[in-house]
Order: sequence, then C-alpha cells, then structure tokens
Amino acid sequence: MPDGRWSRREVAFWLAPVAAFFLLPGHLVLGSQILIAALFALSLDLILGYAGIVSLGHAAFFGTGAYAAGLLAVHGWGEPLTGLAAGGLAAAVLGFATSFLVVRGSDLTRLMVTLGIGLLLFEAANKAAFITGGVDGLSGVVMWKLLGVFSFDLKGRTAYLYSLVVLFLLFLLVRRLVHSPFGLALRGIKEGGRRMPAIGAPVARHLVRAYTISAAIAGVAGALLAQTTQFVGLDVLGFPRSAELLIMLVLGGAGMLYGGLVGAAVFLAAQDWLAGINPAYWQFWLGLLLVLVVLFARGGLLGALATWRARRGRRP
Amino acid sequence: MARAAGAQAVTPALRVAALTRYWGGFRANDAIDLSLAPGARHALIGPNGAGKTTLVNLLAGVHAPTSGRIYLGDEDITQLPQHRRVGLGLARTFQINTLFAGLTVIESVVLAVCERTGASRHWLRTVAGRKAEIAEAQALLAMLGLEADAGSVTRNLPYGKQRLVEIALALATRPRILLLDEPAAGIPAGESAALFEALSRLPAEMTLLLIEHDMDLVFRFAERITVLVGGSVLMEGTPADVAADARVKAVYLGEDVHA
Repeated sequence: MPDGRWSRREVAFWLAPVAAFFLLPGHLVLGSQILIAALFALSLDLILGYAGIVSLGHAAFFGTGAYAAGLLAVHGWGEPLTGLAAGGLAAAVLGFATSFLVVRGSDLTRLMVTLGIGLLLFEAANKAAFITGGVDGLSGVVMWKLLGVFSFDLKGRTAYLYSLVVLFLLFLLVRRLVHSPFGLALRGIKEGGRRMPAIGAPVARHLVRAYTISAAIAGVAGALLAQTTQFVGLDVLGFPRSAELLIMLVLGGAGMLYGGLVGAAVFLAAQDWLAGINPAYWQFWLGLLLVLVVLFARGGLLGALATWRARRGRRP
Repeated sequence: MARAAGAQAVTPALRVAALTRYWGGFRANDAIDLSLAPGARHALIGPNGAGKTTLVNLLAGVHAPTSGRIYLGDEDITQLPQHRRVGLGLARTFQINTLFAGLTVIESVVLAVCERTGASRHWLRTVAGRKAEIAEAQALLAMLGLEADAGSVTRNLPYGKQRLVEIALALATRPRILLLDEPAAGIPAGESAALFEALSRLPAEMTLLLIEHDMDLVFRFAERITVLVGGSVLMEGTPADVAADARVKAVYLGEDVHA
C-alpha cells in the first residue's frame, strides 16, 4: 500500500542532478533541457502511466505554457515565478476545456482527439504570427532576476538550478498525488475501468481532474523552457514534441513516477551524443533503442531494472 | 415515522415497472415487473438468452431501458448513471470477473471503500495514512476469509478467490440492495462452499437479487424466485411453487428438480 516513504534509491536519484551541477559545469544547458523534458514527461506519466489515457498531443499544453510565459515577458512582465504560474494556469484552462473530449472514448479516439487538438493549436499559433512571431518564433523575452537576486547567466547556472527546484517541487506534488486515494482511483481506472462505476466511482470527474493537473504541469514545463532559453519557437507546439515525449516516457517506463525522468535523461543525452557522432542519422539509433526496449524490456528501462533486481534477489 | 409492521404495504427496496429493452428488433427484456421487499432473498432464473444479464445491466445502469421505470425505494433512478446508483445503495457483482487485475486485493477493496467515503477525491494523505478505510477493508476481507490474500496481486489469485473479491468490492460500497450476477459461475463444485458460506453471512437487512444457473444454490438461498423466459416473466413464487410448476419444468428445469 502506498505510504509515501522515501527509499534510499530515491534519495540517491535526486542527488545525481545536484552532483551534476558541480561535476559537469560545461553541460548545464543540456542539463536544463533534460530537467524540463523530465517535468514534461512527468506530466504525461500522470495521465498515461497512472490513469491510462494515451495522448499524442501533450505539446499543446507545453506550448501554451511556453507562449503564456513568453508573451508575458515580452510585454513587460519578466518576473519568473508569476510567469511560471501563468504558464501553468493557461495550460490548465486549456486542459480542463479539452478534457471533456478526451475522457470519454477509446484509446484510438483519444489518440486522434489529442493529436487533432495539437495540430489545431500549432496552426493557430502559426497563423497568429502577429502575437506569436509565427515561424520566426517569439523573441525579445527578457527575464527579471529570479527572486530579485539571481540573474539568468549565459552558462545556464541559474536556469539549471531553477529548473531543478521546480521539477523537484512538482515531483513532490505528483508523488503525493499518486500515493493518495486519488492516485489509487486513477490506477483503478487503468486496471479495471469497467469496474470503477460499479464501486460508485465518478470516473469522468477523476479523469478531468487528472488531465487538468497534467496539463498544468506540462504548461509549467513549457514556461520553464521559454524563461530559461528566453525564446519561444513554434516547435513547442509541434507534433514531434508530443511524439518524443511519449518515446521518453515509454523508454524510461510509464507508471513508475521516475520513468519519465530517466527516459528524458537517456533520450536527450543519447540525442546529444549520437548527433555529435553523426548529425544526420542519430534518429536511426534512437529508433533502434526504442524498438529494443519495447520488445525486450517490459516497463521500459526502469521495468527492466526491476525485473533484473527481482531475478538477482531470488538467486541464493 | 413509524409504520405499523405488516399492516401496510412496505415500500419495495427495488421496483421495476414494465421494463423493456430492445436490441435492434430483439426484445431482450419485455415489460418486466419485479418488486423486491427490503431484506428479500430473491432469485432470478431462466434459460440462456432469457434476458437475465440484460436485466442486471438495466438495473445497474450500464444500459438505458427502451421504456419502463426503475425505482429504488420511492426514487426513480431510471436516468441515473451507474456510479450514482451505487451511491444510493444499489451495488452489483459481475458474472465474468471484472476486477482490478494489477492491484493487490487490499488495495482494490480500500479503493472501493475510499470511493464510498469520498476519500478518493483527496490527495493530501497517502493511502497508507487512511487508517479507517484500511481497517474497514481488512474487516471485509476477514469476513470473506480472504485476509491471507490481502497482499496478493488480484490477477495472481486462484479463480475461486477472485469470485470472493467480486463480492468484497460490491460490499465495500455498503449496499442496501445487492445484485449477484451468477456468483458461482465457473467455480468447480467442490470449491463453492466458501462462496455459499459468504452469501449466507450477508446481513439480513440487505436486499439480495441472485441471478443464477446453479439450482442447488438457488433453492438453498432463495425465498422467492422469478422465472424469466424469452425476455418476459413466466412466473414468480416460492421455491416450492416454482418446483411444482409444469411450465417451468418444461422450459427450464427439466426433470432434475430439487424441492
């Protein structure tokens, strides 16, 4: 039964990004990208890994958060924390409004509806170039000092620590959520969706809540990207971002809280490394990795790790 | 308001009036009238295709009737969705196990308890911190003889025990009326004792409607029996009436009647 106690492995996991800050000062920009992608993947894990809602359009919320925070800063309000909240709120509103289309229906319906909403938003942002900058992107994002003290430096030190703290705080929230009775209800929907109404569960209401929270977290992740890179490109709403997100989560392992974080780190580190070797063909190796993981490692990398540990533990 | 016992007709716990459901042109349920007194032990029998499963699904709210009404006490629940009916005290079990395969037994029952108490809307406390809900779930498992299986993942349980989890989940909703859809289905004859035992221990004030193929169970359990044939009620009566009825023998029981 979920009791919310911290294991030693979890503590070690969170010490790793702190250590990376000191040990890999030359890679903090990549590090920030990983932390932001991890937060984004965490948001998808809540609905896919726990509630079982598949989505191919989660970039809609990421992009909404990015544009909300970016536009706020462009128009003269560069305070980071309120900008972050605005990004989360804007995405939450969109998430709540579209949740009613998503919570009903089969997996295929959900894939198509989320995909469709993602495409709609992408083209809307593309057309509304007078607001968003269109294909040129939204530039002129000027951020004020974080907490009035820390300015966003070129080495990305502030961006990295800012992203890490936001990721950790929202991780705490999601962790508590999935260990709570509400989280148990979400797992119930995934494990036995037909039984849920028969035990009196308001399934649609549970899903609307989970979807809205997930959208808000995705929006915060998008806002973080806008603020730390001080730029918003149209690709924040693009289909590839939704698809890569799904790959990250499946790669790491869905429904295990840490899968998205591990998946984001592995995906982006591999992308960085492989693109360094051969910029044209890195997706080939990524595709191969994905196929291997899905075929041979049930539950992604973390699932494979758990299986391996269980097998090793059984040996005398 | 005290009502003179027996002097006046008691409001039925569950009442169905002219309930009809078509599947295309096929009348699965045709103008069914049925009334369950509070605390009734009522069985619904009938050959395959008689419309028993359709009726359960109409009562539970899985499907909407083509016409007719369903009353829970005085309240018309015909239009209410499934989960609202459960909230009013109408629960059901499933003929084919419909459980939370990947959850442990105790998690499943705690989940059902939390949905009833409203705890499942909250997330500040962990599941393990919900002592009252856990204690209630444990007591339910103990009553059904499942306490040793509390930590097992549901899908790993033997089939007979999964049938008991079916009942545990329904009881966790604290029903006033419980629809038991073939609870013994698929259980080998030798292993059904635990199930019969569990059913016999259900509180007397709980109204039970048993849909069953197993005539042993029906005649041991039921005080009244409704016979459904071709989507309509053929007859209703005591087990003795039903066993003696020539039409029932003809369409359903054959020569093997237990009185």
